[in-house]
Amino acid sequence: MLFTSYEFIAFLICVIILYYVLPSRYQWKLLLAASYVFYFVSGWKNCFFILLTTGSTYFLARRIDGLHREQAAYIKEHKKELSKEERKRYKEKIKSRQWRLLLTGLFLNFGVLAVLKYSNFAIANLNFGLSLLGSQRQIGFLSLLLPLGISFYTFITMGYLIDVYRGKYPAEPCIGKLALFVSFFPQLIQGPISRFDQMKETLFSEHSFDSREVSFGLERILWGFFKKLVIADRILTGVTTIIQQPETYNGIYVFVGMMFYALQLYADFTGGIDITIGIAQTLGIKVQENFIRPYFSKNIAEYWRRWHITLGTWFTEYIFYPVSVCQPMLRFSRFCRKHLGDYAGKRMPVYVASLAVWFTTGIWHGASWNFVVWGLLNGIIIILSQECEPLYARFHARFHVAQKRWYAGFQVIRTVLLMSSLRMLDCYRDVPLTFRMFGDMFLHSRVSQLFDGRFMSLGLTVSDYIVLIVGTLILLGASLAGRSGSLREKLASKPAPVRYALLYSLFLCTLLIGAYGVGYDSSQFIYNQF
Amino acid sequence: MRRRIMVWLCLTAIIGGSLAFLSSLLKPKYMGRIIEGALIGEYYEETTEHDVIFIGDCEVYENFSPITLWEEYGITSYIRGSAQQLIWQSYYLLEETLKYEKPRVVIFNVLSMKYDKPQKEAYNRMTLDGMKWSLSKVKDIQASMTEDENFIEYVIPLLRYHSRWSELTKEDWKYLFHKDKVSHNGYYMRVDVKPAGTFPKEKKLGNYQFGDNAYEYLDKITKLCKDNDIQLILIKAPSVYPSWYEQWDQQMAEYARKNQIRYINFLDLQEETGIDFQTDTYDGGLHLNLSGAKKASEYLGKLLKEAYQLPDHREDERLAQVWKEKTDFYYQMKAEQEEDLQKYGYIRKFHEE
Amino acid sequence: MDEILTILQDLHPDVDFESCDTLIDDGILDSFDIVTIIAEINDEFDVKIGAEQIVPENFNSAEAIWELVRRLEDDE
Repeated sequence: MLFTSYEFIAFLICVIILYYVLPSRYQWKLLLAASYVFYFVSGWKNCFFILLTTGSTYFLARRIDGLHREQAAYIKEHKKELSKEERKRYKEKIKSRQWRLLLTGLFLNFGVLAVLKYSNFAIANLNFGLSLLGSQRQIGFLSLLLPLGISFYTFITMGYLIDVYRGKYPAEPCIGKLALFVSFFPQLIQGPISRFDQMKETLFSEHSFDSREVSFGLERILWGFFKKLVIADRILTGVTTIIQQPETYNGIYVFVGMMFYALQLYADFTGGIDITIGIAQTLGIKVQENFIRPYFSKNIAEYWRRWHITLGTWFTEYIFYPVSVCQPMLRFSRFCRKHLGDYAGKRMPVYVASLAVWFTTGIWHGASWNFVVWGLLNGIIIILSQECEPLYARFHARFHVAQKRWYAGFQVIRTVLLMSSLRMLDCYRDVPLTFRMFGDMFLHSRVSQLFDGRFMSLGLTVSDYIVLIVGTLILLGASLAGRSGSLREKLASKPAPVRYALLYSLFLCTLLIGAYGVGYDSSQFIYNQF
Repeated sequence: MRRRIMVWLCLTAIIGGSLAFLSSLLKPKYMGRIIEGALIGEYYEETTEHDVIFIGDCEVYENFSPITLWEEYGITSYIRGSAQQLIWQSYYLLEETLKYEKPRVVIFNVLSMKYDKPQKEAYNRMTLDGMKWSLSKVKDIQASMTEDENFIEYVIPLLRYHSRWSELTKEDWKYLFHKDKVSHNGYYMRVDVKPAGTFPKEKKLGNYQFGDNAYEYLDKITKLCKDNDIQLILIKAPSVYPSWYEQWDQQMAEYARKNQIRYINFLDLQEETGIDFQTDTYDGGLHLNLSGAKKASEYLGKLLKEAYQLPDHREDERLAQVWKEKTDFYYQMKAEQEEDLQKYGYIRKFHEE
Repeated sequence: MDEILTILQDLHPDVDFESCDTLIDDGILDSFDIVTIIAEINDEFDVKIGAEQIVPENFNSAEAIWELVRRLEDDE
């Protein structure tokens, strides 16, 4: 079920009504049932994998948590007779048992993800390697199913397991509740990648009908639909036309495609998240924000703190920190300091860990070299800008531009352009083609190309362009207005007629102008496939 | 409390009203060059019953004229046909028609036997949108939907036609609240002539057997008629293209024999009907024009009269009055079309810009 | 405590670390800084700060970091 399908809307209405009609102690059970219905409809075979992940994680986390408590009890009981040395040894023994349990969970679940998602990528590379060696042998591709949202729920679940291992919070004793956390249907297919400690209060507690929360939630859902149907799905035709025919659409059209894709991805992904958070809020549940006006960022590091936030946090907490503070890395740091000097010694471990994170981020997004290169380039640019920090500081001090508004504007546009050009890797077929088109954009762009008829051959009509321009202005306006506080709060303070008129216009716009139904290909949310 | 209720009532009225308005604005009107989508709905304006009901596709509504049947034999008839009307659509339309009246004879054109599965969304719409809501319509929709269609888009047409906002024409505003009559008891009139030329060579098919689904509905039509004491006649209308294969003809003849139904293949009756594909077709042999339809109807009327003893209603005061109006409208449209033809060489309404 | 302050001051000379207690919450220290601090502490005090200790409460102020180091030293 796509968020924008009639089936999903009907399903959602039923869930919301039942949720507030049933006695509130059944609320979380209803959500669990609904989530599994939702998942089952997407393919019953998928359920096996999510059950495996949920089950294995539940038992391992319980065991790890049990060991924590066993240790605490043992130490308390034998406080007097244990020497410091003995206590340390005991702790290490427990720790290593926990570590083994954790590893089992990680290997099992990331293993499933890796096999399902990356086998064919690995085979393709192996085949390429074989052909380089002159071998005639080729390995056949596997036909594997990729369960809906597996990248998301695996990350959510492994975050939970690691947190329990680290003793951040106790394991969930009720398997149903854990299953709900893993499968909560609004966030199952495209995140956010929530954390258990942030979700458990809000997800499992009883919620009585709060008209303000419900109307705020519904407003947010409507806004998400607007973004997705009116803008993202409409511009999609243009994006696909451009990227699938690179020979026809070269020169300035590469740039057009790049900007179209920036808009499409933003509207689609943030719209989807708006729907997710809106649904949750309608149910009285608070899901963490995943975007904070990312296109207003002044540099790439900031952009990544504002775009797909929960993914970034996940990578920082579970990959960047452990890699950069582990013992081998600290030794590596000492080694670098000795041989390359103090400065490099401090930087090297951080950068190595960074690149590891960006490599994983890339491959998480998709099993292809395009994404690997995309991830690494992101990392390299962040590192470069870190290195150039002193230069920037001097430049800013010398020309007194740092506080100027036009300079902030310049930084914002620079970041958007930079991120959009990196994202070309996401569009074109392979890495060499992407670089060729990137070069073509600089070498062969002429403004006159916009008027040679190709612009009207992208599959978009004049009225489509008008809708897109107006729609983009609305998005921009909403983002600008959102800087000084929640738009819905502001709207709520307006007189009722104004408020309802605005909301109803938004509803009508989406209903009429939205690109849905017969004649439009219902596009999957871009992030579904990851 | 009262105030609150008032506010809610007003809100509901505004929302409901605006949605209803948008819905009727955006629905296609079928009042211009393409009128096929308006045919099905016109039936509900009928005030008198009919002895004969035609069901089928363009080969009935363009090839037989109820006015001729009335003028020559006093037979009352109505054509419930629409563009590429599939066999289950004919079945459900018949089922629905029986709720309003009980004809003596039902005539079904068998060309649609060749379609076993839903075909085109646009044609589905032309057939189904005009139907009033009933259980028959619901079942009809379910049987007709193509893969990317959704039931709810039939219930709320706005969901289907919303994207027409950018292509609204004057026609959409003009026919917002009322529609013109476009057919003569379901008959689509054309007086222009375009002689039949050569058709592409008959393609060989891999399999000439009609599909199970099509047969199932043919059985249902047969049964429905039997249960209601209605005489069923299967016909293959006189259109020479699309091809009607020998093997198909045999299957229908066989079916008719087994079920003791009459089957008439008008393609074999060119001499008897006197249809001349040089003068009696307006689109090169696919469909008949008025002159052709008259000939086909005259032949059919004679048969109905003789073999089925259908009464002559011309003396019936009540019916005569109703049919007088119909006949007037018929001659008025005929005169208009002929005038156009003389003046411009084509009929303006159906002329592509 | 002084060693901690020196480490911090080296990273951001312009911040008043003695009074600030929202180093993480206000984004003064980013993830790169945290890792650098941990590496330095590891050298200076010979304590291992694991990834599980990297939570805002432990790094929001110089005081908090010092607390963390003392706790770990106790444990060793």
